[in-house]
Amino acid sequence: MTEKVYARNVEALKSGTVIDHIPAGQGLRILRLFQLAEYRERVTVGLNLPSGHMGSKDLIKVENVVLSEEQANELALFAPRGTVSVIEDFAVVRKQKLAIPDTVEGIFACPNSNCVSHVEPVQSHFSVRVTEHDTKMKCKYCEKVFSKDIVVDVR
Amino acid sequence: MPNPLYRKHIISIPDFTREELELVVQTAAQLKAAPRSDLLKDRLLATCFFEPSTRTRLSFETAVQRLGGNVIGFADGANTSAKKGETLADTVRIISSYTDAIIMRHPKEGAARVASEFSTVPIINGGDGANQHPSQTLLDLFTLQETQGRLDNLTVAFVGDLKYGRTVHSLAQALSLFGARFYFVGPEALAMPDYLCEELDERGISYSIAATIEEVIPHIDILYMTRVQRERFDEAEYKKIQGQFVLRADMLRSARPNMKILHPLPRVDEITTDVDATPHAYYFEQAKNGVYARQALLSLVLNETV
Repeated sequence: MTEKVYARNVEALKSGTVIDHIPAGQGLRILRLFQLAEYRERVTVGLNLPSGHMGSKDLIKVENVVLSEEQANELALFAPRGTVSVIEDFAVVRKQKLAIPDTVEGIFACPNSNCVSHVEPVQSHFSVRVTEHDTKMKCKYCEKVFSKDIVVDVR
Repeated sequence: MPNPLYRKHIISIPDFTREELELVVQTAAQLKAAPRSDLLKDRLLATCFFEPSTRTRLSFETAVQRLGGNVIGFADGANTSAKKGETLADTVRIISSYTDAIIMRHPKEGAARVASEFSTVPIINGGDGANQHPSQTLLDLFTLQETQGRLDNLTVAFVGDLKYGRTVHSLAQALSLFGARFYFVGPEALAMPDYLCEELDERGISYSIAATIEEVIPHIDILYMTRVQRERFDEAEYKKIQGQFVLRADMLRSARPNMKILHPLPRVDEITTDVDATPHAYYFEQAKNGVYARQALLSLVLNETV
């Protein structure tokens, strides 16, 4: 799908970020976990939009906000084929590449209820390892290893 | 050059290199052969046991005092500021300003790692929940070296609770640096976790699952027994597996002469007492080795050279 088609689906964005090709169903979760509504900027969310490649997809537009490289990489955990476009004056000026990060800090809570990270003044911290069949996340503190989907589902 | 463990936190076995593990084992052997009473002279260590543990605490305290050091601390978190709601981070900040190192046990997994982020002195993990208990693994390795004369390419059977047994996980991880061969014997519900098996696969370690202790006995150098805890099963299930993973003296006839039986203790009924008198029983000596392994560890952490 081209940028022109987004414009027809969802109101065009003057400047900010478009997160596209989010698997349908993950859009609201991304909105919440990355606290995209907290910037107090205009946010447009499209759910279950038709997509040639994906069947259906979610899409988020946030005005006047640009994601850090770290945030973009963390997005890759939810949307491995996601695209992040930076918009200025209604035009795409840059596409941020998404790569699964080596570590993720502070976004997810550890699924292990006996993990000390829940009660001490520390940020959650996972190291990420992509295996043949799965993406595994290991908590730095309790050292337990979880499938990515379990960690992502916790919060 | 200082030894590689000098002023390091001792949190988890996967943090160690093969050379560091060998260094602790060699140092423990030296201290067992020729005891030293000066290596912790004028040092003050804290033993902070937020969760009670008789053997680990007493063997650490013995190790400190035998090396000429002094100990302060508590044996139970119930009467400490933690009970009043103080974070572990704050507790550790304060205690690290009093002492040269902190030996701690805590019921939460990851507690020692958190402590290491707030302490100004080395943290020695004496057990954090179901996660790690590195000094146990070091004493196990020392005992393997002592009984087999090597750490490389040993054949080890782990029996009992392979799912929750942290000593099993840590020892398997440590031995995977030395090219081991493993047999896993235990109830299906308490099988070795997948992530650990994957780690072993990645390191090219071969292992197999066996149904009974008898079938592995002729093939192994070490039989590492652990307790299957009754509370992990409902009554009917427990009845079914009860007795299946119990070692008796008559099962040892086909054992190799060098085969030794280890157990992290406490034993309940998974090794019958008639095994104690066989030349294969080594679990009490293993527990004694805990003092030497801990002496070695503390000496290396608190002295540039030993």
